[in-house]
Amino acid sequence: MTEAAIDRPGDAPAGEKKSVAVSGQWRLIWLRFRRHKLAFWSGVIVIAIYLVAAFSDFLAPTTANHYAAQYTYAPPQRVKLFGQDAQGQRHLFYVNDYVVTVDSIALTRNFEVDESAVIGLGFFVKGEPYRLWGLVPMERRLFGPKEAGQPFYLFGADRLGRDVFSRTVHGTRVSMSIGLIGVAISLALGILLGGISGLLGGWVDEVIQRTIEFLKAIPTIPLWMGLAAAIPLNIQPLIVYFWITVILSLIGWTDIARIVRGRFLALKTEDFVTAARLDGCGQQRIIWRHMVPSFMSHLIASTTLAIPAMILAETALSFLGIGLRPPVVSWGVLLKESQSILAVSNAPWLFLPGLAVIIAVLSLNFLGDGLRDAADPYGR
Amino acid sequence: MLTYILRRILFMVPITLAISLVTFIIIQLPPGDFVTALSAQMSENNEQIDPATLEALRQRYGFDQPMIVQYWKWITNIVLYGDFGQSFEWNRPVSDLIWERLGLTLVVSFATLIFVWVLAFPIGIYSAVRQYSWGDYIATFFGFIGLAVPNFLLALVLMYFTSRYMGANVGGLFSADYVNADWSWGRIVDLMNHLWVPVIVLGTGGTAALIRVMRANLLDELQKPYVEMARARGLSETWLLLKYPVRVALNPFISTLGWILPTLVSGAVVTAIVLSLPTSGPLLLNALFAQDMYLAGSFILLLSILTLIGTLISDLLLAWLDPRIRYD
Amino acid sequence: MNDLIKVEGLRTHFFTDEGVVKAVDGVEFSIPMGKTVCVVGESGSGKSMTGRSILNMIPYPGRVLEGAVHWRPNGAAPIDLLSLDPKGRAIRAIRGKDIALISQEPMAALSPVHTIGNQMVETIRMHLGLSKSEARQRAVEMLDKVGIPRPADRLDSYAFELSGGMRQRVCIALAVACEPKLLIADEPTTALDVTTQANILDLFRQLRDDMGVSILFITHDLGVVAEIADEVVVMYLGQVVEQGPVRQIFHDPLHPYTRALLGSVPRLSRNRKERLATIHGMVPSPFERPSGCLFHPRCDVAESGLCDRVMPALTRTPTGRAVRCVKAEASHE
Ligand SMILES: Nc1ncnc2c1ncn2[C@@H]1O[C@H](COP(=O)(O)OP(=O)(O)OP(=O)(O)O)[C@@H](O)[C@H]1O
Ligand code: SF4
Ligand SMILES: [Mg+2]
Repeated sequence: MTEAAIDRPGDAPAGEKKSVAVSGQWRLIWLRFRRHKLAFWSGVIVIAIYLVAAFSDFLAPTTANHYAAQYTYAPPQRVKLFGQDAQGQRHLFYVNDYVVTVDSIALTRNFEVDESAVIGLGFFVKGEPYRLWGLVPMERRLFGPKEAGQPFYLFGADRLGRDVFSRTVHGTRVSMSIGLIGVAISLALGILLGGISGLLGGWVDEVIQRTIEFLKAIPTIPLWMGLAAAIPLNIQPLIVYFWITVILSLIGWTDIARIVRGRFLALKTEDFVTAARLDGCGQQRIIWRHMVPSFMSHLIASTTLAIPAMILAETALSFLGIGLRPPVVSWGVLLKESQSILAVSNAPWLFLPGLAVIIAVLSLNFLGDGLRDAADPYGR
Repeated sequence: MLTYILRRILFMVPITLAISLVTFIIIQLPPGDFVTALSAQMSENNEQIDPATLEALRQRYGFDQPMIVQYWKWITNIVLYGDFGQSFEWNRPVSDLIWERLGLTLVVSFATLIFVWVLAFPIGIYSAVRQYSWGDYIATFFGFIGLAVPNFLLALVLMYFTSRYMGANVGGLFSADYVNADWSWGRIVDLMNHLWVPVIVLGTGGTAALIRVMRANLLDELQKPYVEMARARGLSETWLLLKYPVRVALNPFISTLGWILPTLVSGAVVTAIVLSLPTSGPLLLNALFAQDMYLAGSFILLLSILTLIGTLISDLLLAWLDPRIRYD
Repeated sequence: MNDLIKVEGLRTHFFTDEGVVKAVDGVEFSIPMGKTVCVVGESGSGKSMTGRSILNMIPYPGRVLEGAVHWRPNGAAPIDLLSLDPKGRAIRAIRGKDIALISQEPMAALSPVHTIGNQMVETIRMHLGLSKSEARQRAVEMLDKVGIPRPADRLDSYAFELSGGMRQRVCIALAVACEPKLLIADEPTTALDVTTQANILDLFRQLRDDMGVSILFITHDLGVVAEIADEVVVMYLGQVVEQGPVRQIFHDPLHPYTRALLGSVPRLSRNRKERLATIHGMVPSPFERPSGCLFHPRCDVAESGLCDRVMPALTRTPTGRAVRCVKAEASHE
């Protein structure tokens, strides 16, 4: 290959050759990634989760804060595909209604499955009206009870009779996006500071490296707790959300900065950067056209690995009550419902949002591992 | 070696300073100061408060002076007199409140660290030496679960199962008889009986991470020529495995102490709240809710310094174990 | 003949996910007492794995399928090393004592966290049963013997404190510490600079003369072969293609591969204008072994219909040489 290039000089413009080489590298990464079964399917799941986040209004059977006091702590219903009701009529795709008895001494409700009462389910049913992405007015939902308003609790109900399943679906949006936005901030900070550190060297590098070391030595939760608690209680949920992401990304950038710095140091000496410099490219141009693309793959991998950490952190903070607060719905906020052992021993389905956390965190981890292996099969 | 230790300890000074500064800024973030809060609270309860007392407090903490002076007063009070300020919620000096709780935090974190090491070390070795065996797959699987399940969820699930199937409440660190008792042999035994729950909850994530670290490192080391050369010298498999690659893989393992300790302390805070342990976590959370900032700040400061010391210990241990660092 | 070791029909394969790698596929040669046998061949020809097979030390996923390594240290009945349990006591008593290995990478062959003395004393005590101080004494003598200045001080050094050449000397001292009868030196000079290479080669010669040790010297550098070998074994894709005394190999190579190898060595005497010959083509991937003679796709004198069909046998000539080529057989009959 090299020989061919030497034999026929100048028959392809330099830029074209470069793009061929670059796309070749991406292709190689993709091929290696495809071979990594676990990582590939985790990637599919991650995409699915983000789709759920994008279309949560449409996918969830109810709105996030729809409540029904009579169904407090109703247990999950089982979806049945075929069956008959009391009249012997056949049904497809339904759940059974509850029989509710109120225990007047303990002041609790007891739910029994009423095999005879059928609540038919359907796809694209009409429910409460909502606006998709706050814009498009809609009524239809992917699935739900055919007759709007009938109880349908796939994951059971919480303290206020809200549907845990719908709330988990709605929570996907906030929980997954907080990771994404947090990582975006981390990435910006990391590239900026890591880049400066690697490029300038000297005392600037020293200061940034010490700062990173310092940030890494602080136990994160107490620090986050301190910062999160300083957010005033009476401001808008959206602003709280913003501050929480900023606080979370405060720590996340350090790893990225280290990688960027390391790559910059390594790349400084690499041939094609020298070549570009000899060609008379400016410093800026060298950085953005040549150096950044060449470690993009590493960055993508490490940011993928940073997202789950942020998700877990949000969950922990909201669970403690100093992160996001109702009426915002996130997985952490949902899990806060399961905080009291009393509630949980009566309604263990309140743990189910935790399953969403685990699936999201696991698949993001596998995906990140696979991407890293694909990007750099020999390094670590 | 001596210069290394000295350098490393000297390096602690600026970091500690930086931490104290950050902590102080956090304390100052909420509007107002605690004297204002105190007088507001007092007047709410229709209590009379002597303006002179308030003034004395203001003087003591320098509230009428610039930030940097306040910081100076705060830090010198801590360093010189062990005075961490006043908890206005408890109306007691902070130093009365924190030491026992910090001590118990230390006990829980330390026990967890031991648990993590004792478990992760042999499992990591096994996973690497018997790569792709059933045992390796099982360890890897649990490793990933341990990585993905938040501590508090694990604590909740554990509590749910123990209360449901064992009828026991596993919260706390002491039984009712010992909660307020003085330290005695019985109380220590009681503590040990309760310690396993938070240790398991806290340790799972760390164990998972460490098994991965140990496995990856050892797999790396097993490829190295010095292992083959040791074999070619006639050493037995077990001996050479333990003496060479495991010994070398131990170094990154030790250095994980540096990063696992902050996560342990972090995790301990959350777990303690769920399991209602009498450690720093719940008190810190309460203090934050009540904006009792001197109390909260002291916890943040001391927890951070604790992890710093842990990191220092791991670095010194590493230098002692690894000649390449020592001779650097 | 007075052979110290005799390798017969050795086949060592690696069973990888991508397929079977026939790293060693029918190798035979013997090493006479006190002589140096050089194994040469391009990268991947199975030289190192031949050496490892002798020590019965094949890494996973490799396995010795067939063959025997007859070990006859003192004229007694030979032992087949391959029949011993690779982790057992018997072979371990031989490794490091009677047969010692010197590695290609002096940089990584010593433990990074143990002192040189620690590793030497460990080996000496294990095989010779000396006391700690006697073993230390011996270790110092050995370091001195391989030309390490201030040997007593060096004993407490770590490998990373020494230069590459010094490390290789330490490895050699470690290998000869128990007075082995056979040294397997796997490209011991490849990683070193030219001057150091020459010094290390001198050291090998000196050890052979002083201690009467036999050496299996693995290399792909024919210049080194010319300096040190008594006998030469040429390998290609896991097979021996030619074997014979060093003079004859250099002056009258029988196999086209040997001739090609010799042609690719730069010589001062050669006419400037004459282009340096290289072996055209590349070593085929281990998963695509050619049919017939393994060398035929790259051979200048290959005869289609013959060379790509029949795998030539390793044929011995009356002069004590062996060659694996149909053409060579014909010309020598
Ligand atoms: N651990 C292993 N797994 C799979 N294949 C292996 C392994 N070790 C060696 N091989 C294969 O065995 C063949 C012979 O390897 P060997 O190391 O003996 O070659 P060599 O002649 O010593 O080459 P070099 O000059 O590069 O050292 C090679 O094709 C190699 O790919
Ligand atoms: S057998 Fe044929 S192909 Fe093989 S080396 Fe001899 S001449 Fe060449
Ligand atoms: Mg080799």
